[in-house]
Amino acid sequence: MRRPRIRGKAALGATAALGALGLAGLAVGQILPPLPAHPVTGVTPVGFLAAPIADTTPNAAQLQRGQYLVRAGDCVSCHMREGGDPLSGGFALKTPFGTIYSANITSDRETGIGGWTPDQFHRAMHDGIDDQGKNLYPALPYPWFRRISRADDDAMLAYLKTTPAVSYTPPPNKLPFPFNIRFLVKFWNVLFLKSTDFRADPRQSAEWNRGAYLVTGLGHCGGCHTPKNWLGADKGGQDLQSGKLDNWVAPDLTANPRTGLGGWSVEEVAEYLKTGRNARAGAGGAMADVITYSTSLLSDADRHAMAVYLKTRPAGAEPAIGAPDAHAMARGAAIYSDACASCHLENGVGQPRLFPPLGHDAVLQQADPTGLEHIILAGSRVGTSPAAPTPLTMPSFAWKLTDQQVADVSTYIRNSWGNRAAAVSSGSVRSLRKSLDLEAIRYTANSGDQN
Amino acid sequence: MGSAGAAAAAGIHDGELGAPPQTYTGKVPWQEGAADAPPAALGTDFRFFTPAERSFIEAAVNRLIPPDPAGPSAVEANVPFFLDRQLAGPFGRGDHYFLGGPWKKGAAEQGYQMRFSPAQLYRAAIKAVDDYAAANFHGAAFASLADADKDKLLKGLEAGTVQLGDGVDAKSFFAMLLQNTKEGYFSDPLYGGNKDMAAWKMIGFPGAHYDYSEWVTRHGEKVPYPTVGMKGRPGWSES
Amino acid sequence: MTTTLKPVDAVLVGFGWTGAIMGQQLADAGLSVLALERGPWRDTATDFATGFAQDELRYMWRHHLFQNVTDDTLTVRNHLDQEALPMRHLGSFLLGTGVGSGGVHWNGQIWRFLPSDFQTKSHNQQRYGAKAVSDYDLTVQDWGVTYDELEPHYDTFDKLCGTSGKAGNLNGQIQAGGNPFEGARANEYPTPPMTQTYGPTLFGQAAAELGHHPFPHPTGNLSQPYVNPLGAQLGKCTYCGFCEKFGCGNYSKASPQTTILPYLMAKPNFTLKTECEVLRVELSADRKRATGVTYVNSAGEEFFQPAEMVILSAYVLQNVRLLLLSGIGKPYDPKTGEGVVGKNYAYQTMSSVNVFFDDKLINPFIGAGALATVIDDFNGDNFDHSGLGFIGGAYVGGMVTGGRPIEMIYTPQGVPAWGLEWKQAAAKNYLRSFSFSIHGSCMSHRGNYLDLDPTYRDVHGRPMLRMTFDFTDNEHKMSDYVTDKAVEVAKAMNPREFKVNRRTGSWSVTPYQTTHNTGGAIMGDNPRDSVVNKFLQTWDVPNVFSLGSGAFPQNAGYNPTGTVAALAYHAAHEITTRYIKAPGPLVAA
Repeated sequence: MRRPRIRGKAALGATAALGALGLAGLAVGQILPPLPAHPVTGVTPVGFLAAPIADTTPNAAQLQRGQYLVRAGDCVSCHMREGGDPLSGGFALKTPFGTIYSANITSDRETGIGGWTPDQFHRAMHDGIDDQGKNLYPALPYPWFRRISRADDDAMLAYLKTTPAVSYTPPPNKLPFPFNIRFLVKFWNVLFLKSTDFRADPRQSAEWNRGAYLVTGLGHCGGCHTPKNWLGADKGGQDLQSGKLDNWVAPDLTANPRTGLGGWSVEEVAEYLKTGRNARAGAGGAMADVITYSTSLLSDADRHAMAVYLKTRPAGAEPAIGAPDAHAMARGAAIYSDACASCHLENGVGQPRLFPPLGHDAVLQQADPTGLEHIILAGSRVGTSPAAPTPLTMPSFAWKLTDQQVADVSTYIRNSWGNRAAAVSSGSVRSLRKSLDLEAIRYTANSGDQN
Repeated sequence: MGSAGAAAAAGIHDGELGAPPQTYTGKVPWQEGAADAPPAALGTDFRFFTPAERSFIEAAVNRLIPPDPAGPSAVEANVPFFLDRQLAGPFGRGDHYFLGGPWKKGAAEQGYQMRFSPAQLYRAAIKAVDDYAAANFHGAAFASLADADKDKLLKGLEAGTVQLGDGVDAKSFFAMLLQNTKEGYFSDPLYGGNKDMAAWKMIGFPGAHYDYSEWVTRHGEKVPYPTVGMKGRPGWSES
Repeated sequence: MTTTLKPVDAVLVGFGWTGAIMGQQLADAGLSVLALERGPWRDTATDFATGFAQDELRYMWRHHLFQNVTDDTLTVRNHLDQEALPMRHLGSFLLGTGVGSGGVHWNGQIWRFLPSDFQTKSHNQQRYGAKAVSDYDLTVQDWGVTYDELEPHYDTFDKLCGTSGKAGNLNGQIQAGGNPFEGARANEYPTPPMTQTYGPTLFGQAAAELGHHPFPHPTGNLSQPYVNPLGAQLGKCTYCGFCEKFGCGNYSKASPQTTILPYLMAKPNFTLKTECEVLRVELSADRKRATGVTYVNSAGEEFFQPAEMVILSAYVLQNVRLLLLSGIGKPYDPKTGEGVVGKNYAYQTMSSVNVFFDDKLINPFIGAGALATVIDDFNGDNFDHSGLGFIGGAYVGGMVTGGRPIEMIYTPQGVPAWGLEWKQAAAKNYLRSFSFSIHGSCMSHRGNYLDLDPTYRDVHGRPMLRMTFDFTDNEHKMSDYVTDKAVEVAKAMNPREFKVNRRTGSWSVTPYQTTHNTGGAIMGDNPRDSVVNKFLQTWDVPNVFSLGSGAFPQNAGYNPTGTVAALAYHAAHEITTRYIKAPGPLVAA
């Protein structure tokens, strides 16, 4: 791979644009202005979400609440495209039905929601109907958001209207017929929009109910973690029992001790939500952004409440799992020792909060091995937060391991150190490699020595 | 520059540098699936050496690392193929050499001062050594000399007592050939040499293993890990 | 055409250790900070992952992470009467480039210089007389800063890296197991020392039998997981043996990537531009103030970046060259001894002893960049130099950085470099040998200096840097003396045999020695003798700071990174507490 070569300037004259500078004339001895003289006004998305709202601001309490709820709803993960401003939309959501671009929800009156009334906003959040009365696609997770209280909806809109107006219109959705007919969403709603407003369970604690409100409402955890039917609606009675999206598996969040959170303590769940890592696991894939833009920015009390609720979710039925092929296990063990032990160590215990231990790991034991295959082929990076800024990253092994080798080491990992899960086939690895566009090596800016 | 070097220069470019400029702010960048994977030698065909050059190289490297029961010879370890691919690629092109002028001989302490890229040097030097062999060993090419004569000539190159034509500094060429031969013998097999990791096995180097935590305190014990390269070992696919 | 960009408060020229340290400190102070790095972005999981980091050919011998000399190198000569010729291939030192630069491919050897090292001239003059510091045309100087002033900043760097080690002197109290000769430390190391493998353990036992004071080398290869004050996480080293010249694949070596960038890159007021090479610092008409820098990117586009402060945070050789190219400070003239920029270039004086056993499996591939047991009994002024005819010293380390077989097969005395005898010796000795490193100081000398080459130019048309350097008799005597001490330790180990590799003859650019180049932008307490003041601020242009080992007036017998970092923190502290409120000279000239 040959790349462009530096082309230097052959001759260097006095080309510096000194004259263009107002400050060039200052002589020494003059008092120079203190620094910063050129402060930066831009903020990062996290800085945006955490920007303090002064108590003296009119309506401060509602705005602060609204900002907090925007974090809890993880609005930024979907309503921000690469390089775009937070909440200005344009992020391509890849669904099985086509690509949907997220809306601009900044205060811009023309392209955003600056002109929306609280009623209009509530209708969108509760019923999936926009300000023009048209149906929104359930890519906006209104089946969950309808559990949000009216007061919370109002607070979010009040806050969103204080955000800087960004004039930006996202591209039109790319949906094939018949999914491009918005009207059909009405039938979808009739068939699948079963959720009701949030009703507290008086038999449970206030904390449990707070957790339920966040998990099943704003947090819309089931959006990824609940399996979907062929029309993208939740499969009934399988809440949080693992879903598949965008070449990832969102793992089981039920009390299943093998594939879910059954072995985790409430504190471990809460720590994971805070820093994207705990002694058992690291949050990769889409969950990394959830950590960075949402759960790391919530209160300890709310994270704890979410954990308390999650720990009570009933597990699904356990499938029968056959014993893995001994030859595949032997090959997998060899690959593991040579390629994986560098971080996860020979005995699989890893280094807590850095490199997850692989035994009794939920992600690795999901019925669908896509998540594990994805991590091995493409790598995975944990979510970051100001408290834990290191974006620990599993490297890509796509260049190094064949499909069969990925399958064998996956089978080995899924059946060692107490793990038990179905064997992995090289065919599934092959198709994921193709989906991830990793059939050819994806080089880096550093790869200047390829032939 | 001699004629051989000039001919080589026509087909070989000098260094290459420079990814596109990038601006980063607000986060640590990362691209999923990206890897600065090693530039492996694929296939088995020779791309740089002519048949005559290949004969020279095979003869020379097998004197530098000869066959014996302890381990493979350089030829058994596939070092000639390694050298061929190195010289056909960025190394041969001199991608990490400054080759601009003016060119002067300089003192030994000033290091490599030829105008040749490594590929150009090999091309010119092989011809020059064969010319030297023909002139001093009854018209024979280096490859057809008796082992003792090969060694004598190689020692002469090493010491700089053999004077070569075509602008080739014998000592510098020998130093490069010996270094590159050891590279081919002991580098990861994905570069084409160190066939079957036999050179690593000969000395007891486990290869591309990365975790020796459990052996740090086990002083003097034999570490049992099987020898492995970056692209694996037989146990990864056989069982 | 040169495009003028939006001004920033501070521009960093180069983004390795010093750039990252200063960038973090200035960004935390609220300044808008732009780093210009001439190499590419690189990071752990994508560019030195465990799946391919352990590649001796690519990294050590093909220089994959190092500066590519194709477009820009320097010229070298041993003395003034020679014509300097270009270093056409890296050898003696392996220059860094790219994000993290040498901080990516260093060994992680973290040292503090001795208190007396900062008073090389006055201390030795007082103890051994004026002749001791002027013999051999030495031009040693005091630093203008003391160990005590730097101690808090050494401490900051230790906490940043999570340095693994054992204190030998805690607040004046000598501690068992540490280096009893070190300057007083306010705190114990953040993490305990690495576990020593067989070779270093044997070295320590033999050294102790001789009455020396062995201790574990302080390391940036971590003995246990660590979270630093910026929240960045490091892992525990797995002793893979690929530190030196390699990036670490499992987050266990302190580097800008592992310790600072996770924090710094997230800040909105910090921006990094890669593949951007600064051509020169631009000065105001009266040449007393920098207005910014001119740089060219890899697409060939040229920019003027206005800045209130210019921080030279490139490697020493580039910093000195930029000072010379930009006309900051008076160039040093070795004939008259006048001028300062380029003065007192120095290096490191290295020798080694290889030991060979029949009955002991050393397993040298179990290694780490700073895995060593060390004696400091013969370093600096830790021993009486009376009558020895030299100043300075060296540490001796029984060190196993790894067993990379192209580079690190030791064969006994008399074994040729090739042929059957070599092959059999390699097969026999690889697992049963290791090396001591004798890591010595290098005093500054009137004839050792840096200036601009009159003949050779880089791809941008700028004169290359010219290095004039050779070891003096002071260094040869010092090295021989300490090497003899190392030989005594070797003998006490009862090996089958040993081989001594002395520092002989003139400095050569070819064999790798060490990338510890120092001086040329030296610090001091007055503008006649130095380029920068104790806060690394150039005397002539107060809004230009020159960081790095260029500030060393001579080099001590330790690896430089700890002191480079401490000086950067020391400067940053003064800039953020004093300079930004009233930009101007921090020390009266």
